[in-house]
Formats: sequence, C-alpha cells, structure tokens
Amino acid sequence: MSGYVMWFEGYWEGLKPEVGGKAASLGEMTGAGLPVPPGFALTTAAFRDSRDAADLDATLARLLHGLDTDDTGMVADRCGQIREQITRMPVPANVEQSLRDAYAELCRRCGVSDVPVAVRSSATSEDSPDASFAGEHDTYLWVRGADDVVDAVRRCWASLFTDRATCYRVEMGYEHRTVEMSVVIQKMVRPVSAGVAFTLNPSDGDRSTIAIDSAWGFGEGVVSGEVTPDNFLVDKVLYEITRRRVCAKEVEFTLDGGDRVVKRPLEGERASAASLTDDQIKAIARLARTAERHYGCPQDIEWAVDADLGQDSAIVLLQARPETVWSKKSAEAPSPAAGADMMSSIVSTLMNPLNSRKS
Amino acid sequence: MADRFPSPFDIAAPEGAEGWQQLYTYSSLFSEGRRAYEDSMFWFQDGVHWPTALRPWDATLFEYAITSLSQYNTRHLQVPPANGIDFRILNGYAYLTPVPAPEADIEARVANFMDRAGFYFMNWNDLYDKWMVKIRDLVKELETIDFDPLPELEDADGIVKSGAGLGSGWKIQADYHKLLDLALKLWQYHFEFLNLGYAAYLDFFGFCKQSWPNIPDLAIAKMVAGVEVDLFRPDEELKRLARLALDSGIAEAFATGDVDATCQILKGSDAGNAWIASFQESAEPWFNFSTGSGFYHSDKIWIENVEIPFDFISNYISKLQKGEDLARPMEAIRAERDRIVNEYAELLPSDADREAFQGKLGLARVVFPYVENHNFYVEHWSHSVIWRKMRQLGELFVKEGFWTEANDIFFLKRTEVEDALFDYFHSWATPAPAAGPSHWPQEIERRRRIHSALAAWKPTPAMGVPPEVITEPFTVMLWGITTDSVSAWLGGGAGEDGELRGMSASPGVVEGLARVIFSPDQISEVQEGEILVAPLTAPSWAPIFGKIQATVTDTGGMMSHAAIVCREYGLPAVTGTGFATSTIKTGDRIRVDGTNGVVTLV
Repeated sequence: MSGYVMWFEGYWEGLKPEVGGKAASLGEMTGAGLPVPPGFALTTAAFRDSRDAADLDATLARLLHGLDTDDTGMVADRCGQIREQITRMPVPANVEQSLRDAYAELCRRCGVSDVPVAVRSSATSEDSPDASFAGEHDTYLWVRGADDVVDAVRRCWASLFTDRATCYRVEMGYEHRTVEMSVVIQKMVRPVSAGVAFTLNPSDGDRSTIAIDSAWGFGEGVVSGEVTPDNFLVDKVLYEITRRRVCAKEVEFTLDGGDRVVKRPLEGERASAASLTDDQIKAIARLARTAERHYGCPQDIEWAVDADLGQDSAIVLLQARPETVWSKKSAEAPSPAAGADMMSSIVSTLMNPLNSRKS
Repeated sequence: MADRFPSPFDIAAPEGAEGWQQLYTYSSLFSEGRRAYEDSMFWFQDGVHWPTALRPWDATLFEYAITSLSQYNTRHLQVPPANGIDFRILNGYAYLTPVPAPEADIEARVANFMDRAGFYFMNWNDLYDKWMVKIRDLVKELETIDFDPLPELEDADGIVKSGAGLGSGWKIQADYHKLLDLALKLWQYHFEFLNLGYAAYLDFFGFCKQSWPNIPDLAIAKMVAGVEVDLFRPDEELKRLARLALDSGIAEAFATGDVDATCQILKGSDAGNAWIASFQESAEPWFNFSTGSGFYHSDKIWIENVEIPFDFISNYISKLQKGEDLARPMEAIRAERDRIVNEYAELLPSDADREAFQGKLGLARVVFPYVENHNFYVEHWSHSVIWRKMRQLGELFVKEGFWTEANDIFFLKRTEVEDALFDYFHSWATPAPAAGPSHWPQEIERRRRIHSALAAWKPTPAMGVPPEVITEPFTVMLWGITTDSVSAWLGGGAGEDGELRGMSASPGVVEGLARVIFSPDQISEVQEGEILVAPLTAPSWAPIFGKIQATVTDTGGMMSHAAIVCREYGLPAVTGTGFATSTIKTGDRIRVDGTNGVVTLV
C-alpha cells in the first residue's frame, strides 16, 4: 500500500480499519485466488486529510449547531448543505494525484482508456452505527474518466451525511468527527459470457462435480431463466469436462452502447456455439473449487469472462454464496456403504456389479 | 433394431474353409447335442486376447486359460453370482459366454466365498510373494525342457548304466507332456489371484461410483494404479539402453537401421561390446515380450526378433538427441495420485465414509500389482518360453521330414503332436519308416489354406441372445461388454451421425488422421501424429505411443491390458467400440473423445 491507495492484491488483515469491510473482502478474495474484477481502495486517510484540508469540521459545527432532528425540513436543508460542501470541497493535491494515478494504472491494466468503474463506499467498521447508513446512496456504476471518478469519490464521502445517518449520530451523541470512510474503485465487467457455477451436481448432489451454466453476454439471462444456458459438468479433481450440453441461445444481454443492459436477439453461429472454450470451462471450475475451499462449504457462484482483461485473468468472480439444498441433505444422510465390512461389501458388489453403469 | 444376434448354428463356414472343425478339439465346437443350451446363451468374440483366427495348437492356451478361470470362479472361490465362462471356437475364432450361478445356490456360495476369498485378501502379500517364487520356478522348469533329436545309441553311463531303466524316446514324450502340464499349471497360477484382484477393484470402483456418481472411471483407475510396475519394465529397459548408447558414445551405430550392421559396429569397440552385454542382461527376462497379446505363436517376441527392440532403442536415441526427456516423472506421478485421492476423500460427507474409502483403496492397492504384473509373467515371459520350446520341437520334426517349417507344428492339435511324437519314437526305436512324412505335409497344406480363409473372415462380434443387463463382473471389467456395447452391436456399428461408442478408457479429445492396423506386423506403418485404430492394442506396443495422438480399439474394457498402458502414456483412448476397424479407414479424419467414449468420423 502506498499512501492513500490500496490495490486489492496488496491487502492484508492489518489494513482493514483503513480500507473498510467491502475493500477488505475484495482484497481477501483476491489474495485467496478468487479473482474479483480488478480495482483498489482509497483509504480512510484520503478522506481524513481532505476533510482537514477543507476544514470540514468548522462547516459541520456551523451547520449542525442547534439542529432539531424532529424538523425534517431543517434536517434535509442542513444535511443537503453538508453534502453539497463535501462534493465541492477541494481535495488536497497529493490525495487527488494518488487517486488519478491509481485510476490511470487501472486503465493501463485493463487496456482501456477511461475504463468504466464502479465507485462504492466501504464502511470501516461493520458494527459501528455508521455502517447502517453508509450503504444508502453510495454506489456509482459506469463511471468513466479520472474527473468523474474524483467526483464520485466525493459523493461517496458525502453519503456519510445522509439525513438519517446524521440524525442518528446527533441523537446518540456520536462525534461526527470520528466518522471514517474508504472508497472502492473497481472495474465494471464487460462480459463476453457469464453465468453461474455450483460446486456440486444440482441434479444428484454429487460433490465431485462442478456444474456450470453459461450464456453470451451478461449473466442476467442465466440467473432469471430467460436464456437456456449451455451446461457443463466438470470433475472437481481431474478437471475433466464430463458432460457438455450446448443449447440454442435466442437472446443475449448486452450493453446498449451506453450504460444500460438490454436484451438482444442472437442469431447465426453464436446462437448455436458454445459460450465457453474448454480452457475457460476448466478455469471457472477451478475458480468455483477455490471458492468452495476458501469458504469451507459448497458454493453457488456468479462469474463472468471479461472482454477487456488479458486471457489469463479474464475470468472474474462476481459473487459467491453457500449452496443450501444438497449441502443440507448430505449432512442428514450418511453414505450406506460406510461401515459395512470389507468382505460383505465385496460380495454385494459382485452381486450387483456396476449398477451405476446401467444407462 | 434386432433383439438377438445370429445363432451360432446359422453361421456358415467362410469359402475355402470347409471342414475347419477338424482343426480344433471336438469339445470346443458348437454341437447338435448341446444345441438347446448353446442357442440360449449369449456369445461374444474375445478380441481382447484372441483377435484373429486360431491355429490348432494355439487353441491349447485359449482352452487352458478360460477353463482355469472358470475353475476358480466355481470350484475354488465360489464367486457368488458367477459360474465360469464357457467357450467355443467358431470359424477359428474364440467366443465366450458368462455362465451365471443358479439363483438358489447363491446364498450357500456367499459363505464359501467369504471364507475362501477372505483368506486370500487377509494374506495377500504372503501369498503373492509365494506366487512370484512359483512362477519363476515354473519358467525355470519350462527352460529345462529340451527337444533334442533322439540319439543313434543311448549313452552308456548316462542312460544305460544309470539303472533308471528309461530311454530318450520316453523322455521326449515326457517332456512334451511336461510342457502341457506346465502350461496348464501356468494358467492355474494365473487365476489364483486375478478374479480376486478384480473383485476388490470392483468393490472400490462401486464405492467411488456410489459416492461420486459422475466420477470419471479414469480417476478411479489413477487412484489405484501402481507407479512402478513390471509390465512397464521392458519399455524402461529400452530407454535405459538408449541412454547407455549415448553415454558411451556409440549411438551412431544405430543409424544403420540394420541389426547386423549395427552389431558389427558395436563389436568393434569395448564400449559397443559392453552395450551388447548390457542388452543381453535386460533381455532375460524383460524382452520375453510379445508384440501381441502373447496368445499366438505368431506374435513376435522381442528377444527372438531383436530388430524390434533395436528399432525402438534407435527411436529413443533420436528423441534423446533432440533433448527429449524420456524419464517418467515418478515424483510427479506419485504426487498427482496422492492429490487425487486426498481431494476425493475430502469430498466425502463423514469420517466413517473416509475410513471405508481408505480401507477399500488400501485393498485395491494391495491387489493391484498382481493385476498389472501378472501379464508380463504369464502371457509374455512364460508364453514366450512355451512358444520357443514348441518351435524347437517343430524344428526337430522338420529334420525328420514330417514338415518343412518349425512353425508348421502349430497346425497340429495338441493331441496330434503327441501322436506325431509317438510316430517318431516308434520309427526311431524300430527303426522303420515313420508315417508322418507322408501324412503331414499335405495335411498341413490343407490346414494352412483353411486357416487363411478363416483369417480373412471378419468375426461377428456376438451371437445368440443377449441378457437384459450384463452384470457378470469380469465380463464387464475385462472385456468391456456392457449393456450399452451390446445394444451398439445390435445397432450394427456407427450411428447415423457417424459416431462409434465405446469405453472411456483414457480421457482427452483429439482430432486427426486414422491409421488402421490389424496386426503387430503393421506397427511400422504408423506415422507421427496419427490416431491408432486397431482390434486391440498390446502393452508391448508402448514405444509407438510416443508417436500417436490417440487410440481406438474394437474390444477391451477399462481394465484391459491395452487401456492400462494408454492411460500410462496419457493418450485419449476409446476401447470396446466393436466396429472401429471395420468402420474407419486409414486416412479418415476422426475425433476421439476419450473422456466420453465417443469416436466421430468428421
């Protein structure tokens, strides 16, 4: 970490207070071999130093003096002014330069000038009362260009002073001064294809299998069921593709040229072609397996193949959550073969050999 | 689609092969007296071991082998659901049928099996150590057999005054009996362990399939397979000799491409002589290695056809000169095996499951060295010696004018060889003219013509009524006969989409040009980068696996000797397709999907 910027891959636990929960989680995933879309966090120090340089404390003292939290009009007016001040406050040159340099570096890494990014706040302490409100108006998608990124960062900072958060602190007697915020700047994914993966076979609960559903473009169609995705089964240990079902895909979810995801009809070769190469299938399977190992239970992940990132880093993890259906079942039913003595088991194998082979 | 295969009684003799039945023992033929039984059974051609028409004497080892298998299933171990495997010869080809045990007997058989098989599993390593001693003793005993011409006069001290009261005429016949005895004994030993080995493997296999329904067969094989296996030793010796040639600076001697010329150069230097000595050391026993299944006298044996190992060595020398590393990465193979085991174990739901898994894996690993290694000791080494001795006897008859080539002896049935020996003995003892020289030459010629007609026939893969479900464990494991493959045969070859289905014997997908090979003699036709298509592949073809991209066979299961070697060499393989050699032609572009067991003409 250098000064105000922490790249996801530079994260370690000690940095959590300075980068907040969201950045910490993205950093932890990156470190665990779970490649989230690339990006960095602007640390709490950047906010602190900007606040001090702009003498925000004086502004706060002035605007919050005599605030009646029951007077919604007054609250809206005063808080609006505070947020206005923050979004317009000059950022110290060294802070702004760090942010601009980091954004330029991200553009370079992605091979895209003015790469579209998501700018989000990252709360510094999950159980602090601030956290309850920090999430309200603090996500800006498809932000392009360094100037807009700087703006978006300030708007994130400003979101610390939503009406509700501010009233809450006043009522509870918390110091506004101690409020901290880090901001995450992360590449927006431009998916060639996207989908989901389970770290078990959803049709029979086989834990040695990774099941992947995939379609062209954004994963929305796969998740909502509007697209019949290609389906692949991969063995979790050998990483052999044991089944491959390529479906006719009639639509794809793609950008409208701007920032909007739209549904478009899909024709010609791509409609009938596999939406993943074998190498990509295996890489997604490995990613899913890594997530399962990292979280210690079967996972249901969302992934995408990004169009901008180099071939080796194109596959990104968008979300991982525990799989619940089969994980629960297998815990209830121990395998009947366990415990039988060896000879009885051999006899029963001979009596009904390879029954699983009947197809 | 038909629901049954042709009856064996409806299959005509190929043109020019009329009277072929006389070439084989009466009991190995389909016969009117057993028609009801024979017509009710399902017969499949065993192309794994006997892909081509048998010559009369060669049928001996077929009959000994399958009968010994049956004996262990039925009379020794009482494998609960399976009696033996019955066999017949039709148009010169080997057909088998699994015989199920009567339902009512199964319960009683279970108790016996638990006791008897249990004893073997408990004492496996001790018994296997003994087996290794027995098999080496057996080879030694085979080596003592000597078919020298009978002497003009018996030796005074050695024979007459020894008080034994026995002569060379008796001995030569006794030696032939001994050879048959030892051949049968060899096959008794062979099946002492094999059925049990498969049973333990199947149990482990079944556990894996139950725990992980989608697990590739290959993953299971990899967890069990040995790393250092005697079956691969001949190939390792070739590599060693190639390295030695390079290290001692005599590699250019192999550039001649001719064994005699190479040896001439080698003999001109100390290093060359040392290399020859080292070759000879490897050759016994490791080059008693057949280019085929080992079941045909005509299979070439390296030690008797040194141009084969020389050619392979020369190939390895070129690879080494190009900087290729021939060594199998043992550490990596072991690490990969352990990784696979640990990762699957990790996926089991409980410690009790993991314990069961480790127990079964442990037993499978204990039995597996036998499953892999016996092939070298029995089919390769011992058979090589048997063929050598028989050729020596054949040569003796050539000298006595019975026929013209040593190999002609294999046109006699085993009992006929005994008759010919008695003819010779009688003619020597009397002395008086033997009948053989005027009887055998034209009979052998007749049989040779019949055999050629049989060899040209393409055997039907199956006959009779297929069972609804194939469950006999050895039929599935060894021969790759499954419910699926039977319906594919009934379908009659490639589907409309140009697809052939078989066993996924070794994973991976490649596309390339096919090279169809029907016999080991054609091995040299195989070009770099081609896909080998053959009735079966033998372990001794190992050195060409460096050239090819994939393998497709007509016959064979996951555990056929061929499949084991393919996996070892990391090549995609689909076995047991039934029709590959009749559907695919050399030069066809095909895609081999070893992961899913599909071959596609593209």
